[in-house]
Amino acid sequence: MNLLTSMGALPLLGALLIAFLPAANTKLIKQAAFVISLLVAGVGISAALGFDVNKSGFQYVEKYSWIPALGINYQLGVDGISLILILLSVILVPIVILAGWNESENGRFSVKTFYVLILILETMMIGVFAATDVFLFYVFFEAMLVPVYFLIGGYGTGARQAAAVKFLLYSLFGGLLMLASIIGIFVISGNQIGRTFDIEALSTLQIDSTTQNFLFLGFFIAFAIKAPLWPMHTWLPDAAKSATPGTSVLLLGVLDKVGTFGMIRYCVELFPEASKTFTPLIITLSVISILYGAFLAIGQKDIKGLIAFTSISHFGFITLGIFAMTTQGNSGATLYMLNHGFSTAALFLTAGWMISRRGSSTISEFGGLQRVTPILAWSFFIAGMSSLALPGLSSFVSEFLVLVGTYTRYPVAAIIATFGIILAALYILIPVQKALHGPTTPGNENLPDLNKREIAAIAPVIAVIIALGFYPKPALDIINPAAQATITKAGFSDPAPVVGGDK
Amino acid sequence: MTFTAPALEYGALAPMLVIFGAAVIAVIVEAFVSAKLRAPVQLSIALGAIVLSFAQVWRLRGTSTATAAVNSVVVDGPVLFMQGTILILAFFAFLLIADMDAFAAQASAIPGSVEERKALQVGKIQTEVYPLTLFAVGGMMLFPAANDLITLFVALEVLSLPLYLMAGLSRRRRLLSQEAALKYFLLGAYSSAFFLFGAAFLYGYAGDVSLSGIHAAIASGPGNDAFLLIGMISLSVGLLFKVGAAPFHAWTPDVYQGAPTPVTAFMAAATKVAAFGAALRIFYVALSGAQWSWKPVITAVAILTMIVGSVIAIAQRDVKRMLAYSSIAHAGFLLTGVLALNQEGLKASLFYLASYGFTTLGAFALVTLVRDSSGEVTDLNRWVGLAKRSPSVALIFSIFLLSFAGIPLTAGFIGKFTIFTAAYDSGNIGVVVAGVLSSAIAAFFYIRVIVMMFFTDPEEDTVTVTIPSLYTNLTIWIAAIVTIALGVFPTPILDAIASLATFVR
Repeated sequence: MNLLTSMGALPLLGALLIAFLPAANTKLIKQAAFVISLLVAGVGISAALGFDVNKSGFQYVEKYSWIPALGINYQLGVDGISLILILLSVILVPIVILAGWNESENGRFSVKTFYVLILILETMMIGVFAATDVFLFYVFFEAMLVPVYFLIGGYGTGARQAAAVKFLLYSLFGGLLMLASIIGIFVISGNQIGRTFDIEALSTLQIDSTTQNFLFLGFFIAFAIKAPLWPMHTWLPDAAKSATPGTSVLLLGVLDKVGTFGMIRYCVELFPEASKTFTPLIITLSVISILYGAFLAIGQKDIKGLIAFTSISHFGFITLGIFAMTTQGNSGATLYMLNHGFSTAALFLTAGWMISRRGSSTISEFGGLQRVTPILAWSFFIAGMSSLALPGLSSFVSEFLVLVGTYTRYPVAAIIATFGIILAALYILIPVQKALHGPTTPGNENLPDLNKREIAAIAPVIAVIIALGFYPKPALDIINPAAQATITKAGFSDPAPVVGGDK
Repeated sequence: MTFTAPALEYGALAPMLVIFGAAVIAVIVEAFVSAKLRAPVQLSIALGAIVLSFAQVWRLRGTSTATAAVNSVVVDGPVLFMQGTILILAFFAFLLIADMDAFAAQASAIPGSVEERKALQVGKIQTEVYPLTLFAVGGMMLFPAANDLITLFVALEVLSLPLYLMAGLSRRRRLLSQEAALKYFLLGAYSSAFFLFGAAFLYGYAGDVSLSGIHAAIASGPGNDAFLLIGMISLSVGLLFKVGAAPFHAWTPDVYQGAPTPVTAFMAAATKVAAFGAALRIFYVALSGAQWSWKPVITAVAILTMIVGSVIAIAQRDVKRMLAYSSIAHAGFLLTGVLALNQEGLKASLFYLASYGFTTLGAFALVTLVRDSSGEVTDLNRWVGLAKRSPSVALIFSIFLLSFAGIPLTAGFIGKFTIFTAAYDSGNIGVVVAGVLSSAIAAFFYIRVIVMMFFTDPEEDTVTVTIPSLYTNLTIWIAAIVTIALGVFPTPILDAIASLATFVR
């Protein structure tokens, strides 16, 4: 069997296996889920090692007819961009399982259900990035909502049901708009080249500009809800506040990337002309998102809410990079997706541990953790520094690339976006100061530091953050050709730097 | 004047003849077989007739006999597919009916009377629902096959009259049930009158009652256009009433709620197939030439139907009423298939009808399981926390709801996708957008039920989930499996439809 299919099927089979384990033996269930997710990560890493960075186009391609009557194929393949995101997903899942060893305990449903849902979700995540058939992509895109919905609504805290429903309805609304566009492009393909959903074939269609604009909007709104871009972001803070830390990691770290990934793969590549038309609008929305997210993050009293709003700011950067339509911007955006995945994971996991130890998620309830729980505090600190893009940590490289890539085409937007970095320093340093430094808040004196399991979970994340900060080349080697190809397909060329002229 | 006996192609008519014959036998059984044996005998006759009739449909699948019974009945691919679908749906509906628990012991007894109580006590339970259902099935099979306006009207009445009675047969809340029956009857009679009125005007226009004759008259265009327009409008009113399209939908929620749930299941699933089958034939075969006249109206009706169904469903607190409004919304989606007026639209409609029929049947079958001491509980507020008590029932109901909502990997999604594709292809992009948006609205109330079942804690006043009988259980499981199977692997059905789907003119 092909590598991508095996990787996708493995968690599903694992979920099936877990479904047959005795429900009472939660330890066995957790161990089984962890081992399965490690195996999947192993397959993912071997896929990355076997990936030929010098070849253009999709690799590990497989194609079987699924519903021939409608021209639908089961068709998978990865290029650099999707490979990086699959890698991110399969690495984060075992980390999330290990880090949140006990977060499945107090849910509405059984522990077993939690891990079954997580593993089903993993299959969907791999599928959504690997699909090269638009219909298949849509199936994963929508079906993915179901496990997430139950994960938020069943295991979260606070107003979890409301948050889960809000998440689901927002996503469904976007998905249905996308469905209309998919139907549109499907019908157009039928008139020109015979009905197909093959993404490479679809990008060769000649579509008149009005139709292209509408079809583009259908896709874009769906993705802008997913990757939340201002003003379609309101579901995210609620969902992130209610979900368990592990679910939030997957939600913000991976699922929201489906939105930004979709913008590259579907919006830009299928509708280059419409992308060009809407670029000014999208750049504006991105810049607003960057500043809006940052300002609201500064004002947050709840630590999960804070991370959610920083993510909105970061998604602004990613979208900015994508629609700058330069190779640097695009590579930067993709690298940013990877880095944001890891730094959000680190932030959410450490914040989750702080919350479960203190029993509160209000920032002001913490204080002086540096003295009481040094390892936890350092982990949070490094995660925070990565989030504000400190040089030497991974996010710096990507943020820099995005800004440079944007500046060559949209200097004003790039300059305004740079303020986001300054605000980032505020929204990270304020909670760092409040929670980690200063006198120990009464009641926090006896909080336990991270145990071995938690250290084992956070260590690889921090290692990746530091490693990619100093040496991003392996990741960029994978990303760059794909980013280059995207820009070329969209019909752009990088503007040559001009010295002394005005643009 | 000599009289020549009409030549009847018994072979081609066999599927319907079997059913009507069985219905007549069932009436005799009702009169002569002892009370104890009656129910099992009736069930065996009904199921046997359906199997036999299905075998006839299967035998006919390759042949293209075209017309039968002096051109008044067509036997072509779409007809056979719809007859097969109706038969399968009826088979499972009979399994639901077999739990006679939902039906009044003696429908003729006055609600709450001593007579009624006595009949229940001694187990003198009448089984007239079997012959009634068989007659309705026969009418439904004839309706999409009818090739002239007279036969259409006869079929319409044959399928409707038993349904009016069946709606009033409920054992519990009998007054509500009888009210529903009366309402259904009065409005149905009214719509039949419209239908007949339209048929008369179309005859006046074309000088011919056959659908192909009307088509030819429209194509050559010598007739009086006013007659054509009045005829089309009135005929459409009659049809739109049967499919439950807005603004002729008002009966649907009351009847769905009042009728015994097995009857509702049968009605919701099979009547849709029959009524849309006839609508498709009339619009595709007879009236396609006048599409510029009726398309704007039907477009407006389709959009209105989708919106009315989806929006009003949000306010429903009764699961049967909610499903009724959901069926109205689905009627709107199905009308986009009529509007498409192309091969794709026909194929998509056939698939949609089959998948929707199964999902609906399963959903109503499940409703029969949730009860308290006084019978079925259809108040949604009392469904809260159902997943705690009976996870499997909640899970399967969720599958049906997700299919109604059109989530991928369910039959509902493939149906929606194909039917919207056909509509888009024919240029009705506005309807597609309206359909997509109302799907988003509809998703809200489907999901709310899932939330109620899974995420809300049950109240003190608990309902129980009865252990389903073998028959009901079988129906639910088959419906669930078909709903998933048609969503994941619809190829066999799509291919079968593709090889069949041409209307014989």
